[in-house]
Amino acid sequence: MHSPAIVIEGVKKHFGGVRALSDFNLKVEKGTIHAIVGENGAGKSTLMKILSGIYTRDAGRILLDGEEVHFETPQQSREKGVGIVHQELALSPDLSVAENIFLDDLGRGRPLVDWKAINARAGELLKSFGFPIDPRRRTGDLTVAYQQMVEITKSLARDVNILILDEPTAVLTTPEIDLLFDNLRRLKAKGVTILYISHRLEEIFRIADGITVVKDGVTVCDLDPATCSENDIITAMVGRELKSLFPEKLPPQGEPLFEIRRLTRRGVIEDIDLVVRKGEIVGLAGLIGSGRTEIAECIFGLARYQQGEMIKNGRKVSVAHPADAVAQGIGLVPENRKEQGAVLPMGIDANMTMSRLGGVSRFGVIRHGYEQTLTQRLREQLRIKLGKLSDPVMSLSGGNQQKVVLAKWLNVGCDFLVFDEPTRGVDVGAKSEIYNIIHRLAEEGKGLLVISSELPEVIGLCHRVYVMADGRIAGELTGDELSEERIMSLAIPKRSIQ
Amino acid sequence: MTNQSQGKEPTMTEITSGPGTSVAAPAPRWSRERILSLLLDQSTLIVFIAMLVIAMLLTDRFYTFENFTNIMRQCVPLGVVSLGLLFVILTGGIDLSVGSLMAIVSVVVALSIPTYGLFGALILGLLTGTFFGAISGVLVAYFRIAPFIATLAVMTIARGAGLIISKGQPEFINDDGFNDFGVASFLGLPTTVYVLLICFAVALFLYKKTVFGRLVISIGSNEVATRFAGIRVERYKFGVYVISGFACAVAGIIASTRTGVGSPILAIGFELDAIAAVVVGGASLAGGRGRVFNTIIGALILSVISNVMNLMNIPGYHQQVVKGIIIVLAVLLESLKLRLSSRS
Repeated sequence: MHSPAIVIEGVKKHFGGVRALSDFNLKVEKGTIHAIVGENGAGKSTLMKILSGIYTRDAGRILLDGEEVHFETPQQSREKGVGIVHQELALSPDLSVAENIFLDDLGRGRPLVDWKAINARAGELLKSFGFPIDPRRRTGDLTVAYQQMVEITKSLARDVNILILDEPTAVLTTPEIDLLFDNLRRLKAKGVTILYISHRLEEIFRIADGITVVKDGVTVCDLDPATCSENDIITAMVGRELKSLFPEKLPPQGEPLFEIRRLTRRGVIEDIDLVVRKGEIVGLAGLIGSGRTEIAECIFGLARYQQGEMIKNGRKVSVAHPADAVAQGIGLVPENRKEQGAVLPMGIDANMTMSRLGGVSRFGVIRHGYEQTLTQRLREQLRIKLGKLSDPVMSLSGGNQQKVVLAKWLNVGCDFLVFDEPTRGVDVGAKSEIYNIIHRLAEEGKGLLVISSELPEVIGLCHRVYVMADGRIAGELTGDELSEERIMSLAIPKRSIQ
Repeated sequence: MTNQSQGKEPTMTEITSGPGTSVAAPAPRWSRERILSLLLDQSTLIVFIAMLVIAMLLTDRFYTFENFTNIMRQCVPLGVVSLGLLFVILTGGIDLSVGSLMAIVSVVVALSIPTYGLFGALILGLLTGTFFGAISGVLVAYFRIAPFIATLAVMTIARGAGLIISKGQPEFINDDGFNDFGVASFLGLPTTVYVLLICFAVALFLYKKTVFGRLVISIGSNEVATRFAGIRVERYKFGVYVISGFACAVAGIIASTRTGVGSPILAIGFELDAIAAVVVGGASLAGGRGRVFNTIIGALILSVISNVMNLMNIPGYHQQVVKGIIIVLAVLLESLKLRLSSRS
């Protein structure tokens, strides 16, 4: 009897307190293209990493061609014929195409490399997939689309019968996407099973034979692209109950606190207009790569922009360095807490006072006693759970680390704060506490801009939401207009010609 | 190849610490863990003491008052330079120019004593070292040249400049006050040792008490996060090279008080000894980790090693091999410590 190429039953995966996958089910027939769709953070990438042996699952079964598998390492996954093309290409630009394709086994079991054979074999492979690429070319000289073909060929160089593509079109232009799709269809005709992860719905309708929707680590439903509509998918992706994580919204106080006018950063964001009022929590929604973080970088002086201006409290401000931003009372709680937010090996107290050491020192000499009093007060204000104030920030949980980053800005007295993914990697309890703090800051009349990929967070927390797509503001939603469906339909890029 | 895309990233520090979990286990005063961690914490000092004991066993000429003053005297330039270098290394940088700066400072002082007098010459010498340090600082902090390359260039330039202004000849210093300073004693200790003590006190103060010290460590621990905190990181990175340059000037002056000569070929290869002293003192070349006291101990360890080998009449070539081995052992000990402490 023939069995499906991939069967996944009840797969679970936890990271500490965070559930990445809680019940994942999937069945894919051999020689088909199956799409997996879901919001950012729904668990798509985690599943992919489990299939490729980077993570191991906590529970559940995975069967490939009817045989149960349990991958501990990427090698085991490769041996079973699973190939993966990651969103970010992992090729060495200075090596030739053939070298990249056979990088893991250049000598084919022997210590010396037979270049002729390698090049010939790579050429054959490329030809058999219909990729018009010279195996001797330097990989870095190829366009991104061709590099991706190299990446696909690399995965297929070993006997691959399952190919997983993670957001393959994120880096491609329209004609290149057409080319990719032609190639995928050809592979499918050869009997390769393809898992296609994406959130670009119109592509899915073009290429997929089946669709599985993931939400919060659970597979919600299977849809048939021949009969369902885009709206069906969006509803399935976002339809969930809003938990009572969020405090009740208070009306903002009206006066504009921070404004951006016609901000353009070439190639990244274009013509952004945005205003945050006193006491207002404004959301910035959109898919990853839509330009949200790039706006934050401009506001905080981390990146230069070519055009536009920023106005704070009615006065034009120029911000060329984070120090300028801090001097203007602008704070950023960055996306990557461990690399950007806190100096992990340093003390909690030192991290809290870092941005305003002038306040705890005299003539450049730190007044330790005063610093202790001050940080103790911040600690109580934010209810940070810690052993000693001098312990390294590293010793705290994710949520408490985030509070230390916040304490830093409260100590400076910032009245405009930008939060980039404030609750990423934070457990639910700490999440609701962070929401409460954001809420309290708004109550005090501060302006808050919250960038988030989690739609319930954006809707539950914000008074008003700008939705971004392809570097532009695609729309603005307020009050009752705020729904996951509305946000998603604005956020998904309408890809025109070009 | 893990790709960093969306998704819930696993967080390694998902420790939900309840209130007061860290005080939950009051260890007995002298538990095994505590003694072990104390030993690990003070490993540099312990290595030093062990070395003194071994030295005593190896040669009976080690424990004499004369020999001790000798070691201290030899140790002063290395100690001063290492203290300056420590701040550079704390930021994650490196300064290869230290030996060349000592040389050019000694030449500048020797040449300018006849014209500007002792006091003027000393000021000129200190300015010279600080100036070259500032060049390294500008290259590293504002032009973002890798510290290794920037200070390599300054090292070559300073050495060359020293040779040019001295015409390649050692310049004898005819100033009794100056030359006496290098050999005189005060309250039983060589006078130059007091200079080292002052430098030590200043470095300790900078490191422990000032905004500057705090931010230097922060930059070395995580430069990106420090910049994200709104700190003008460049200023502090510039500052550490200026300090290092100044320290080299002090060391260069002291070295020439001992010999009575301003020499353009003074302290060749000295940067390696200084880096070794800082590293033996437990500092991490990646930045963020290092201590002032241990750096001095590191310098003492290196001085004692060469002293003992001299006493035992071990030839210079062999000494180099031994020194190299000891540096490797010191660094191994450090990484072992890191692994042990991260396990607990």
